[in-house]
Amino acid sequence: MSSDDTDRRNQWYGPQPDVAGAAGYPDAPPRVGFFTDTSVCIGCKACEVACKEWNAIPEDGLELTGMSYDNTQGLGADTWRHVAFVEQRKPFGGQEPGVAHDDVDVFAAAARLGTDAASPGPGATAPPPGGAPAGAPAGQISPLSPDGRTELRWLMSSDVCKHCTHAACLDVCPTGALFRTEFGTVVVQEDVCNGCGYCVPACPYGVIDQRKDDGRVWKCTLCYDRLGTGMEPACAKACPTDSIQFGPLDELRERAGARVAQLRAAGVPDARLYGDSPDDGVGGAGAFFLLLDDPEVYGLPPDPVVTTRDLPGMWRQAALAAVSLAVLAAGSFARRPR
Amino acid sequence: MSESDVTRDGIEGARPGREARTGERAGRRRRGRGRGRGRGEQPMVPDAEFSSYYGKPVLNKPTWKPLDIAGYLYLGGLAGASSLLAAGGQVTGRPWLAVSAKLGAAGAVSLSLVALVHDLGRPARFLNMLRVFKPTSPMSVGSWLLAGYAPLALTAAATEVAGRYRLLGSAATAGSAVLGPAVATYTAVLLSDTAVPSWHEGHRQLPFVFAGSAATAASGLALAAAPAAEAGPARRMAVLGAALELGAFQAMKRRMGLSAEPFEQGGPRVLLRAAEALTAGGAALSVFSARHRGVALTAGAALLTGSAALRFGVFHAGVASAEDPRYTVVPQRERLATRGPETP
Repeated sequence: MSSDDTDRRNQWYGPQPDVAGAAGYPDAPPRVGFFTDTSVCIGCKACEVACKEWNAIPEDGLELTGMSYDNTQGLGADTWRHVAFVEQRKPFGGQEPGVAHDDVDVFAAAARLGTDAASPGPGATAPPPGGAPAGAPAGQISPLSPDGRTELRWLMSSDVCKHCTHAACLDVCPTGALFRTEFGTVVVQEDVCNGCGYCVPACPYGVIDQRKDDGRVWKCTLCYDRLGTGMEPACAKACPTDSIQFGPLDELRERAGARVAQLRAAGVPDARLYGDSPDDGVGGAGAFFLLLDDPEVYGLPPDPVVTTRDLPGMWRQAALAAVSLAVLAAGSFARRPR
Repeated sequence: MSESDVTRDGIEGARPGREARTGERAGRRRRGRGRGRGRGEQPMVPDAEFSSYYGKPVLNKPTWKPLDIAGYLYLGGLAGASSLLAAGGQVTGRPWLAVSAKLGAAGAVSLSLVALVHDLGRPARFLNMLRVFKPTSPMSVGSWLLAGYAPLALTAAATEVAGRYRLLGSAATAGSAVLGPAVATYTAVLLSDTAVPSWHEGHRQLPFVFAGSAATAASGLALAAAPAAEAGPARRMAVLGAALELGAFQAMKRRMGLSAEPFEQGGPRVLLRAAEALTAGGAALSVFSARHRGVALTAGAALLTGSAALRFGVFHAGVASAEDPRYTVVPQRERLATRGPETP
């Protein structure tokens, strides 16, 4: 962090350990959020369905994109969870893609489950330590590896509103329709929103959007109604693999750190956390991710910054420009032509 | 594959289909470059390799209607700078200049309010804009500015037309001249305070571009409407405004890096080239407009149109930069690279 950055820290930028307190809740419950571990996502879209059902989000078009199994395409007014599908010619760490199973008697193997070292039984989910297969053409578009195996991995990731520590949508909302809850999340009050649409281009992640026939903006509420009664959000509840984990943010960050270490030890060097650091451009996301490739591969910005970081400077420049305009006008009247 | 259209600029609305690649090969290529149009500008920044999710944008593009919001940017500038001409005309004894500027300001601010309300998803709730005052929201600040400025500008014009309540009219004229420059330049912050690359990255210079553009628009209106004997200040304002606008815009593009590219492509390029030509041409003509009414009218029309073209060009360039993941991803990647090696 350069000194320039440090100087420019203000209440709209930089780490903020007590986000609900700063928003005016004296005795706020711990900040909650999502940890989405994409390494165990199976792309079932149960989260998308659960979200739509619980929040009564209208249908927004049944389109086949033809580009992948992702027909949802992205977050928007009527999509608050979006499962991205990425296909890569690249082996998954510890995985042996393309292995033929012709000579395996699955029933016999099942009978041996948990009785010997080769089949460790339930509870052992991490792949055995060891690097990716040697000679694998990582990242290249070649259907076959040198030894003739087909290399392919699917990356699946359930995207959602990040509930930023410094949320641009909330900062720029002129009506106060967007507000910070006692849980540290960011929610739209639909009875206040007048559909000015300013939050839409303000969001550095492309989350919030305007519903066309309704005029107002909509996004994930982190199931504010469910949190109020001590329930977990619908998507986390529905996730069959616990790829979406809900809980107090501190606890999730700890758990995520351990999971990354576990995956790296298991030979997945690409595993990294995204949005977990309070030092990043949005002061840390309330919903963060474990990714297996660069964020932009999943359609996420690699280094998002809340636009309001620069707002004090912008107001200064606008004031200078306004003074310049007044001086320019005064100069135009300075002498009388004859 | 469905719903794709073949246009002069290539295929629009096409999806990558089964050929879709992810990872390093998924970046979209530069469009409409280097084929036949040889004399176009050289790319300011070399092509950068980048990854994206099937070429889909990272950002959600602005939902604002171009005619409403770009139109508002223009009308706000026209109104704000006209109020300065009105006050100047009144103080220096140029009654016709003052009248035309007051009427211009009142008309422009009225139209701009209509455009703002029309753009809302829920127009009936426009008063919610005044529910809170938030310095972090340029739109909130702007709403309060307009709530102060519009009544002043309308009062100034109404008392002028009615020919009564001179004192009230003078006070309103002075008040609108104080708020006018703010109305003209805050709109730059309105655009810059977003994640849209081509709007945000120019946040240091854009207020000056808009200030210059406001001056040219207001002087254009005054040149066309006021008698030549009183239009001297408008002629000087046209030249100074054009210099400020064109100079600040060049400085802005130089400092923006890759985010300046959308200003040089497609529709925005045409609009901004037209804006440059009309503004420079109008300002040059205005110098010779004292003798001939026709020249003054032409110069005024050129300046008014040039200012509008600039606002629409900037607006559309921003939308284009939000629609292409390249302008979001590449600068952020470069930022990460200069910050030092990623801690894995």
